[in-house]
Amino acid sequence: MIKKNWMYWLFFLALFLAPFYLTEFRLSLLGKFLCFAMIAIGISLIWGYTGILSLGHGVYFGLGAYCMAMYLKLEASGGRLPDFMEWSGVNKLPWFWKPFEQPVIAISSAIIVPVLLAMFLSYFTFRNRIKGVYFSLLSQAIVVVFVTLFIGKQEWTGGTNGLTNFSTVFGFSLSSPLTQIVLYLLTVVLLLSMFLFSRWLTRSRFGRVLVAIRDSENRVRFLGFNPTTYKVFVYSLSAAFAGIAGAMFVLQVGLISPAMMGIIPSIEMVLWVAVGGRSSLIGAIIGAIVTNGAKSFFSENYPDIWLLFLGGLFIAVVLFLPNGLAGVYQSVKQRKKQGEVRANEASSHVLQRVSRF
Amino acid sequence: MSVFVTQLFNGLSLGSIMLFIAIGLAITFGLMGVINMAHGELIMVGAYATYVVQQFFAQYAPQSMDYYYIIAIPVSFFVSALLGLGLEKSLIRHLYHRPLDSLLATWGVSLILQQMARTIFGAPNVAVLPPEWLDGGVRVAGMVFPYKRLFILAFVAVSIFVLYMYLNKTAAGRRIRAVTLNRDMAACLGISTQKVDAYAFAIGSGFAGLAGCALTLIGPIGPTIGTYYIVDAFMVVILGGVGKVIGTVLGAFGIGLIGTLTEYSTSATMAKVITFALIIVFLQWKPSGLVSMKTRSLD
Repeated sequence: MIKKNWMYWLFFLALFLAPFYLTEFRLSLLGKFLCFAMIAIGISLIWGYTGILSLGHGVYFGLGAYCMAMYLKLEASGGRLPDFMEWSGVNKLPWFWKPFEQPVIAISSAIIVPVLLAMFLSYFTFRNRIKGVYFSLLSQAIVVVFVTLFIGKQEWTGGTNGLTNFSTVFGFSLSSPLTQIVLYLLTVVLLLSMFLFSRWLTRSRFGRVLVAIRDSENRVRFLGFNPTTYKVFVYSLSAAFAGIAGAMFVLQVGLISPAMMGIIPSIEMVLWVAVGGRSSLIGAIIGAIVTNGAKSFFSENYPDIWLLFLGGLFIAVVLFLPNGLAGVYQSVKQRKKQGEVRANEASSHVLQRVSRF
Repeated sequence: MSVFVTQLFNGLSLGSIMLFIAIGLAITFGLMGVINMAHGELIMVGAYATYVVQQFFAQYAPQSMDYYYIIAIPVSFFVSALLGLGLEKSLIRHLYHRPLDSLLATWGVSLILQQMARTIFGAPNVAVLPPEWLDGGVRVAGMVFPYKRLFILAFVAVSIFVLYMYLNKTAAGRRIRAVTLNRDMAACLGISTQKVDAYAFAIGSGFAGLAGCALTLIGPIGPTIGTYYIVDAFMVVILGGVGKVIGTVLGAFGIGLIGTLTEYSTSATMAKVITFALIIVFLQWKPSGLVSMKTRSLD
């Protein structure tokens, strides 16, 4: 196992050792990308394996981030009202903010809230066999609903500015390099466990049913499975991943606003997975890191070109690389193997003949 | 009473705009099953085409400024239609069997078009001055119905009528309907589905251009105008059902009326949430929308 997958282990080892060879700025950037990679794993599960294209993962990411941010905001305010509430004339903490004073509740709701929303949406659409593009568009509408809601209810959510100006988490200063390194390592551990869990899941019987649903849902139904249960489960799982990613993102970046969960970020999430290879988990992770690396490079140096590049990337990947970077790697490997096979063919042919007798 | 009538009028007006935005989408989506995310940007192109025509008139023929809008209507139609045709020939043609991928690729196109508009016309919104003969409104029993809104309603009604006649009374329209109903059978009977796809897509895009032209009457236009409307347009198509014009009409006015009425009794934010929740609830009852074509095939 280790020998066969040495590249995976090398990759994760490099991530673990990153604090030693990256500057503070680069490390925080990488930490951010790894949060995005968590979302990418979830999208790969639902899109690459199950064939559900969700354009609404920004919402699950955002909800997870907001849950965590509410706790951080309350801790930063130190018992007083958060600053933006005072500005909008609220004089009492709203009831749904109250529980977020408890870190345990904040962290668990960063997972539970996105999962509940995902379960609600997916159950009521998949149950009615609404699928394909219809589901994609509905999930996109969810994004619009939440973004307008979060911007409109400024007194509760901080409006367009979102939640920011945090100081500490569990008493540790967020700006100290040590806290950031610990948070980074925690992100890598979480990413690794998500990766291993998803890998185990996709190789199990369950994963085979997912692929079967992608390829022919009706046939799966005729065989006596209920695709709805499988789809709702995997969709909620990916929402949980996105929620955790959101919480880790807020801890490292220190800001969450509706603009980060909007339509464009949500569809960018799909692009990461498309670039990396939709039905490859490691491809999704690498796609998220590579695309975001390119994004920060381009938007630092040529802000105008970034959108053109992004658009071109969408078209090029869809037209020429439907399986992304992982697909390129696979086909290179296959070609190499074919060469070897051809060389061995003659001898193995003889052996087969012999063994038959 | 007058409040009710005003709200009803506002609802119809919003519905007419929705209908304009969604009708082109209904053609391309219904016919080819292709999700054209760049539809919003084709609307934007139509709106900017109107702006360009206006600037042209202001520059070279200021004395006939009153009539620029009449020229702008066909211009915006043809500019968007040509762009749509190019899009179909170069990109969408290759993605007919991969609807989810077509969604992503056309999203890429929309990003590029947005950025191009930003480069050419600048990021801030530009204002198109509506022609003077559309200022003011009709006064009935203390209520004012602005001419612009009435004009859009009439504009939509005429466009839908023309589209309906085209689809139902001409040979080309008949071919489009045949391909929509059963692509393989139509191909067997000698209809060139490739050709039908190309011009149906051009017509759908042209309607997006008309929608853009109409939108210039009610507000400023900017590079992101398409993103603002595209989700609503898809909601209309999903609610209305795919494949029939009448479904889109009902879906558009339904969303328009519900949106205005809930907005009147709550707020703009809540109206959007409630409208969306109602659509989800409605789809529980009729998963394929208000009006759908009957078919016995499973997928």
